[in-house]
Amino acid sequence: MNAQRAAWLFLTPALLVLGVFFLLPVIAALVLSLTDYDLYALADIRNLRFVALQNYWALLQRPLFWSALGHTVYFVAVGVPLSMGASLGAALLLNSPLARCKPFFRTALFAPVVTTVVATAVIWRYLFNTKYGWMNYALDGLGIHPVDWLGDPHWAMPTIILFAVWKNFGYNMIIFLAGLQAIPIDLYEAARIDGASAWRQFRHITWPMLGPTMLMVGILTVSGYFQLFAEPYVMTEGGPLQSTTSVLYLMYDEGFKWWNLGSASAVAFLLFIIMFAVTVLMLKLSRHRQHVDGEPA
Amino acid sequence: MNPRLAKALINGLLLGGTLVALFPLLWMLSVSFMPAGGASALPPPLLPAHPTMENYRVLFAHAGMGSYLFNSLLVSSAITVFSLAFNLMAGYAFAKLRFAGRERLFQALVGALVIPAQVAMLPLFLLLKYIGLVNSYAGVIVPGMATVFGIFLVRQYARGIPDELLEAARIDGAGEWRIFGQIVLPLLKPIMVTLAIFTFLAAWNDFMWPLIVLTGQEHYTLPIGLASLAREHAQDSELMMAGSVITVLPVLLLFLAMQRYYLEGLLLGSVKG
Repeated sequence: MNAQRAAWLFLTPALLVLGVFFLLPVIAALVLSLTDYDLYALADIRNLRFVALQNYWALLQRPLFWSALGHTVYFVAVGVPLSMGASLGAALLLNSPLARCKPFFRTALFAPVVTTVVATAVIWRYLFNTKYGWMNYALDGLGIHPVDWLGDPHWAMPTIILFAVWKNFGYNMIIFLAGLQAIPIDLYEAARIDGASAWRQFRHITWPMLGPTMLMVGILTVSGYFQLFAEPYVMTEGGPLQSTTSVLYLMYDEGFKWWNLGSASAVAFLLFIIMFAVTVLMLKLSRHRQHVDGEPA
Repeated sequence: MNPRLAKALINGLLLGGTLVALFPLLWMLSVSFMPAGGASALPPPLLPAHPTMENYRVLFAHAGMGSYLFNSLLVSSAITVFSLAFNLMAGYAFAKLRFAGRERLFQALVGALVIPAQVAMLPLFLLLKYIGLVNSYAGVIVPGMATVFGIFLVRQYARGIPDELLEAARIDGAGEWRIFGQIVLPLLKPIMVTLAIFTFLAAWNDFMWPLIVLTGQEHYTLPIGLASLAREHAQDSELMMAGSVITVLPVLLLFLAMQRYYLEGLLLGSVKG
């Protein structure tokens, strides 16, 4: 058998699956977003009309789209830094030579990552129950009045953010831990001989050496957090007063509740464009910063 | 800082973090053994006063939990087996077989990772509806039978296989399939285990796509079944905690047993940069 042919035979099944069930639908989504595909078209394809950019235009004028985008950006802007901060903090603790029982702590801190979002979201719904939840009970012990965590439009998103941080921080913790372990020990030894404090060692060795890891983790976490859906679906059903309706939640409702598949595809593409723009921006900013830092003082 | 104080502080913080990470899970387990209404008391009870298996019995006897569990096992296993086979073949081809356009094709695949999966979901639903796979096991399984991430992982690992080994087998007259089956696969065993656990956990925990494609209860996987139960039984915390235990426990145990492979895969997959 000729080597070229063998290679293509090995590739065919995977490429077929990815081509038919991913690439083709992505292209179709672009086309779909330019049509008025709805319940009538679903019943009879002859009802389908090409509407060019009307779906996009209509979305940009809908307050619900902007509020969904606002909630998603809120979740990303607060959730990602909190999440990465928790990951870095846990990794620094685990990496300390003074820490004991490291394998146990590492496993325990990582455990929430492998759990099912739906199941743990259900747990949090009860932990944050206004009347019988542990959270309000603990706050009561500190003399703080009970909070209606998931029923108050101001508190629902912060509660979901807390949940997301708890659920996800272990993942990046493992990546940061590997990054920390890759920093040569001599750097710290040299700094110690020079009398540098723990904080200065962190600021001038750990932080810059973690830079590339930080950027990669940041980009992956941001794009993951933009895809917020299961948490509000289970914990709040997008409420109260739609305060936790995310962009994907809007896409799901628009597409599979109201069967406006054309408009829902436009939502999906707008989300994709926004995510892409944010990624590019993060890469640009980090390059810029490297450039500034790289200049001799 | 005094080293003994520092040591106490660091281990104290680790212990506190561990408590926060594990408390919801331990509480779930404890409440799942409480009788109906047992958790709705002040102060919230930590342990069941009269442990009972009633919640589990009700879930399996009246809420269809047994069939959700079966569906989850079936769907996750099928996705794992198929995607393992397809990703191994493709990853090996990208790493070790020469063909025109190899690098460009691989880069295109990795580039496609920037597209969120949800963009494809609406047309995918229409496509599966057209070929009659909506509300079937196949509807959940088929789109997951190959992943760019899996191909990437296998390729990274397979690049370490020495070319001389494969060349020697070719000179001896072995066909490409035999080389793959008898030389390559045994060498890929560690990455196979890693990928298998990763895929199984991801398939088990997957929510949005199964929610879309499974329109009838009979095919629900555990997360979908649990989410629908949680909407009906919002007040029955003890019942819902038992449901959460059934959903979470299999993957948690699998992770604990195979943790080394899982964490290795996590690191291998994240050094894309």
